[in-house]
Amino acid sequence: MIEKTVAELSGALSRGDISSVELTQAYLDRINQYNSTLNAFVTVCEESALTQAAQADAARADGLTSPLLGIPLAHKDIFCTSGIKTSCGSKMLHNFIAPYDATVVSRFNDAGAVMLGKTNMDEFAMGSSNETSYFGPVKNPWDTDRVPGGSSGGSAAAIAADLCAMATGTDTGGSIRQPAAFCGITGLKPSYGRISRWGMIAFASSLDQAGPICKSAEDAALMLNAMAGLDTKDSTCADVPVEDYTADLNNSLQGLRIGIPRQHFAEGLSPEVEQAVREALGVYEKLGAQLIDIDLPNNHLSVSAYYVVAPAEASANLSRFDGVRYGYRCDNPLDLEDMYKRSRSEGFGDEVKRRIMVGTYALSAGFYDAYYRKAQKIRRLIKQDFNAAFQQVDIIIGPTSPHTAFTLGAKTDPVAMYLEDIYTIAVNLAGLPGMSVPAGLANGLPVGMHLVASDFAESRLLNVAHQFQLNTDWHRLRATAFEEGH
Amino acid sequence: MEWEAVIGLEVHVSLSTNTKLFSGTASIFGAEPNTEANIFDLAMPGTLPVLNKEALRMAVKFGLAIDAEIGKRSVFDRKNYFYPDLPKGYQVTQLDFPTVGKGSLTITLEDGSERQIGVTRAHIEENAGKSLHEDFHGMSGIDLNRSGEPLLEIVSEPEIRNAKEAVAYLKKLHAIVRYLDISDAIMAQGSMRCDVNVSIRPKGSTELGTRTELKNINSFRFVEKAINSEIQRQQDVLEDGGTVIQETRRYDAERDTSSPMRSKEFANDYRYFPEPDLLPVEIDDTYIEAIRATLPELPDAKSARFVSEYGLSDYDAGVLTATREMAEYFETVARSSGDAKMAANWVTGDLQAALNKNNWDLAESPIQAERLARLIQRIKDDTISGKIGKTVFEAMLEDGSDVDQIIESRGLKQVTDSGAIESLVDEVITNHPEQVQQFRDGKEAVLGFLVGQAMKLSQGKANPGQVNQLLREKMQ
Repeated sequence: MIEKTVAELSGALSRGDISSVELTQAYLDRINQYNSTLNAFVTVCEESALTQAAQADAARADGLTSPLLGIPLAHKDIFCTSGIKTSCGSKMLHNFIAPYDATVVSRFNDAGAVMLGKTNMDEFAMGSSNETSYFGPVKNPWDTDRVPGGSSGGSAAAIAADLCAMATGTDTGGSIRQPAAFCGITGLKPSYGRISRWGMIAFASSLDQAGPICKSAEDAALMLNAMAGLDTKDSTCADVPVEDYTADLNNSLQGLRIGIPRQHFAEGLSPEVEQAVREALGVYEKLGAQLIDIDLPNNHLSVSAYYVVAPAEASANLSRFDGVRYGYRCDNPLDLEDMYKRSRSEGFGDEVKRRIMVGTYALSAGFYDAYYRKAQKIRRLIKQDFNAAFQQVDIIIGPTSPHTAFTLGAKTDPVAMYLEDIYTIAVNLAGLPGMSVPAGLANGLPVGMHLVASDFAESRLLNVAHQFQLNTDWHRLRATAFEEGH
Repeated sequence: MEWEAVIGLEVHVSLSTNTKLFSGTASIFGAEPNTEANIFDLAMPGTLPVLNKEALRMAVKFGLAIDAEIGKRSVFDRKNYFYPDLPKGYQVTQLDFPTVGKGSLTITLEDGSERQIGVTRAHIEENAGKSLHEDFHGMSGIDLNRSGEPLLEIVSEPEIRNAKEAVAYLKKLHAIVRYLDISDAIMAQGSMRCDVNVSIRPKGSTELGTRTELKNINSFRFVEKAINSEIQRQQDVLEDGGTVIQETRRYDAERDTSSPMRSKEFANDYRYFPEPDLLPVEIDDTYIEAIRATLPELPDAKSARFVSEYGLSDYDAGVLTATREMAEYFETVARSSGDAKMAANWVTGDLQAALNKNNWDLAESPIQAERLARLIQRIKDDTISGKIGKTVFEAMLEDGSDVDQIIESRGLKQVTDSGAIESLVDEVITNHPEQVQQFRDGKEAVLGFLVGQAMKLSQGKANPGQVNQLLREKMQ
């Protein structure tokens, strides 16, 4: 049962094949068995999960039906959860218990989902391998010597190892899609503003977006139905009507125009990944879609622009972690200055400090125009590239990552790590919805296919992904490597 | 050498919204520490700002009142610095696109002349909290009640030339924001604060000297003293062959001196950038015109109307329109009594003196407008004389009862009975034969003395007109 999709589990629960308590217990058992290997969860809420599950069963007995009622879920540890530790993968918040729930968390609670716990992540979502977490790296269920991707590595690994039925993630430059690709699962980054950021600890405010991490496009649609929508507590949340994202899943792809960006099939892409994605595109051709080569001429500037904008915003967003009101404070500070310096030096890891320094530098007097302002210009150019492309095509498809999951500790050069997100970052800069779905294996490791749609065209995106999954079984492949040795 | 000062003011007024600028917390002066601070005000991770529309409306209202350009698209920015009473580590303010652009206001100087002072801009920003350094055994306490309260920072052009002009400018700003009902603007409570930029240059020069910024000035009087003291200091420095250093100085009112603040505080690079948690604020003409329609009559317009409608002097009109409350009080007295000039004299004279003496606000005065109007009516209808009016006024300060009752019960009613007056007059004529003779010899001026004697005999209650007339008749 634990390997089933949300859609399938929802059916099983409503038929009474299984109760939410039984299902929740099954996942909890699995977490107990495998989390020491995978390190996907930083907090497991056994007691409250079983209570929530019992409440869900009782509600169902009272006649309540809802697609997510009683479905076990894991939240990335970036979402504030009232009364439960929210660490954001950092020593800085290792003891932080938020007094409130993030909007995303409340919405899943309202939908009757059962929270199993909080998942590991790169510190403050800064990383592409989950190796920057204060709580140690997450292991890839397909090969425990490899990284799961990041920053939502814990959620991705938890889904791939069937430690939960669905999970939340956040994506600032690829943090949902790249780990989804590395772990062979489905991940969606919605349009900027589609889901409230209230209660989601900020990395880069203008780029951060929450999204579903799950086993199928249909599950992503079910989760998005619960997550999306206006929230008056987030001024950047979009006042765009929420659709039923399952409604268009079965639309035909006959005549669909798929854009293939030349820049995403260029130097640096592993041949095995390219082959898998090309084969996947063949599936679409069989479904009646048309493949059109397109250009995203400024794509090569996206990583540079991103590594100015994101650190700049982060440098201010992380200023609140000063040891004054909550979180880590150094021992025996000599004075205010000493408290600031040591609390932050000791509380933040190297990658976070590196980005704070880069961002601080980019915003400092005399450099603002050369860096921040120029990066914002590039951002507009990138958006224009996409706008032009969507005049010609309905959807853009390429690889999610240039290669499959790499070995733990393999990438020590920060810039090499930053290039991990070369295909995904532009989508955040442009605020578009993007998705990664499993599209094959390369040397036994999952390959992710990256789909991008125009602003708020999540229904189209999910339709295109779902049709692929109806005609392939890549998303059904289960990781087994992590189970060996148990 | 003769020197000339160049002065610019940065005035912060707290906008009197019900809640803070970006959080729904109430904004109340004097609450227990940290009771008016929610998770946003504490900068809990994951919290986000939502603009208080009322603060925006108030800023636009101010802009319209000083005839300023209104920013149709204003943008909030983050100003980054670390301080314990700044929980987010940045202050949200408006740098390049403020809500209020260039405007101006007119100040009236002591000699009655007027000057136009330019306002560069006025932007909306959030207040910081308060650091408390006493009572914590060598540690500091943080009170975040004030954190996030909406401020309007009003920046003047460097067009002010001396301390008196600066005070006149401040008082005009004070009057405008009070008229608009957008701020209490109480300097002693910090809801109006003023930083002063001062530089001096040889008179006639067009180049600007090096300026210093004075902080920590919390009354109109101290503004004047602080500026004069700083002008003198700069003059001494320059005349001794020194140079003025660009720095921020803290003014100490008790010792009437200023001293440099820690250099670190002004060496900050604030690394401003647009606040990504807020969208740019877009407003249109409909929005602006709707606010314009709510503008009250402002001090200058009201003063001009008082001159034309009530025939007041410019000076009286200026005094009576200094605050909205005073202007409303005066108009009520003028209308109810039917005599604007008397109303103006009473309000600017006896009433103002009583307020000053007792340290009362107008609202605290035991003589409210309708009562004063009644008193004036009683003088006009000859129930009492003008002189007795003063006695009644003094009684009204202590006795809250009806004006007529006070006159009646204290026997202050004017004597108009001709028999009674005739006997008074006879007595005066009998007692002062010498003066009566002088009058009869043509010395008109002595009549005043004789009238005075009669009034004295009547304890001021006789009708002076009747006394005057009867004395003339009897002495002819």
